[in-house]
Amino acid sequence: MNINLTLFAQLISFAIFVWFCKTYVWPPIIAAMHERQKQISDGLNAAEKANQNLELAQQKVEEQLVEAKAQAAQILDQANKRASQIVDEAKDQALTEGQRLKDAAQSDIEQEVERAKEKLRTQVASLALVGAEKILQASVDESVHRDIVDQLAANL
Amino acid sequence: MAGNTLTTQEYISHHLTNLTFGKLPEGYQRHSADGHQELLLADQWTMAHSAQEAADMGFMAVHVDTMFWSIILGVIFCWSFGRVAKNVTSGVPTGFQNFVEMIVDFIDENVKGIFHHTNAMIAPLGLTIFVWIFLQNLMDLVPVDWIPWLAQQMGVHYMRVVPSTDVNATLGMSLGVFILILYYSIKQKGLGGFAAELAFQPLPKWALPFNLFLEVVGLIAKPISLALRLFGNMYAGEMVFIIISLLPFYLQWTLSVPWAIFHILVITLQAFIFCILTVVYLAMAYDHH
Repeated sequence: MNINLTLFAQLISFAIFVWFCKTYVWPPIIAAMHERQKQISDGLNAAEKANQNLELAQQKVEEQLVEAKAQAAQILDQANKRASQIVDEAKDQALTEGQRLKDAAQSDIEQEVERAKEKLRTQVASLALVGAEKILQASVDESVHRDIVDQLAANL
Repeated sequence: MAGNTLTTQEYISHHLTNLTFGKLPEGYQRHSADGHQELLLADQWTMAHSAQEAADMGFMAVHVDTMFWSIILGVIFCWSFGRVAKNVTSGVPTGFQNFVEMIVDFIDENVKGIFHHTNAMIAPLGLTIFVWIFLQNLMDLVPVDWIPWLAQQMGVHYMRVVPSTDVNATLGMSLGVFILILYYSIKQKGLGGFAAELAFQPLPKWALPFNLFLEVVGLIAKPISLALRLFGNMYAGEMVFIIISLLPFYLQWTLSVPWAIFHILVITLQAFIFCILTVVYLAMAYDHH
């Protein structure tokens, strides 16, 4: 166990190795490790964010789905309503049209009846005249007895 | 056993002698193994031929094996980690980068937990200490005779492969830490503030000499304990391996395998302790008391 110059030789080589390690070994390795740590934490953060976004998107999709369903139901409802409305309207129209036609027919009939009656009346008048002529055996001046005949016809 | 010619004591002391290159003084009597004697006429820088010569070289000597292995291991650390650092990707890490990042992260977490100031030096320092000392300690798991035997074949007589079992190596590193402690203490608190911290606590000002003595001892104890803890543990571990290798070869595994498995824990723990205590000491240098 001799103490000698080895002491200082070892001291010098120690200093050189420490200097080398401090200059060339430690900084790049620790920098790379920190860089990786940052990358990993960034990646995790991004993943977390993406997850949140996904959740939000899913929520939105669900909301939209519900809304769409509601809208569809509403539209269906409206369409149904409109359809029944149209049917009702058509029914009403048909009814009024029917009524109108009926009324028109009725008035036609009445007119026809009236006309027939009128015709009948005039024919009855002429018939009566003819009859009276026949009865009287004389020619009755039509123009003289016109008012009598008209009166008769009017009383029919 | 490395041959029958060695006695147990010779074998052990051979394993505990560093390959030493140093200065033998003028007039030194060298004894070769073959009995040849040589008187040095002038100071001579040379390889020590024996433990005695290595000791006689005194301070002016270098443990070549310690330096060789510690520098090789340091270069392996710098090269392998530097290669990862050069090709590092913040994308999906693969293979060795995973391993390196695991260690870097481990050190970074520990340093962040202890050292709450901003200093780009501390974490790389901790990493270097941890990995380098771990690699040095790891050499203890190489069977004790393999590399010395190889060295012997190549004509190198002594070879200790575990740098951290050399107190010079551990003390050299803790000395580096000590310099950093002093540097940051003075940088953070100023020379006066640092001196005041040494002089005016724990007792009031009237006990200044006592305080100074206490604090200076405490300060110096830091690098010493750092170095000796690592050295002691590794030296003891190596010693046990050497002693186990004295057994007959067919029995060695019964002890060396359990001890090696246990030692995996020890070498990691010691590297970790050195690293963490360094960070703690530097954090203390930053903190005002």
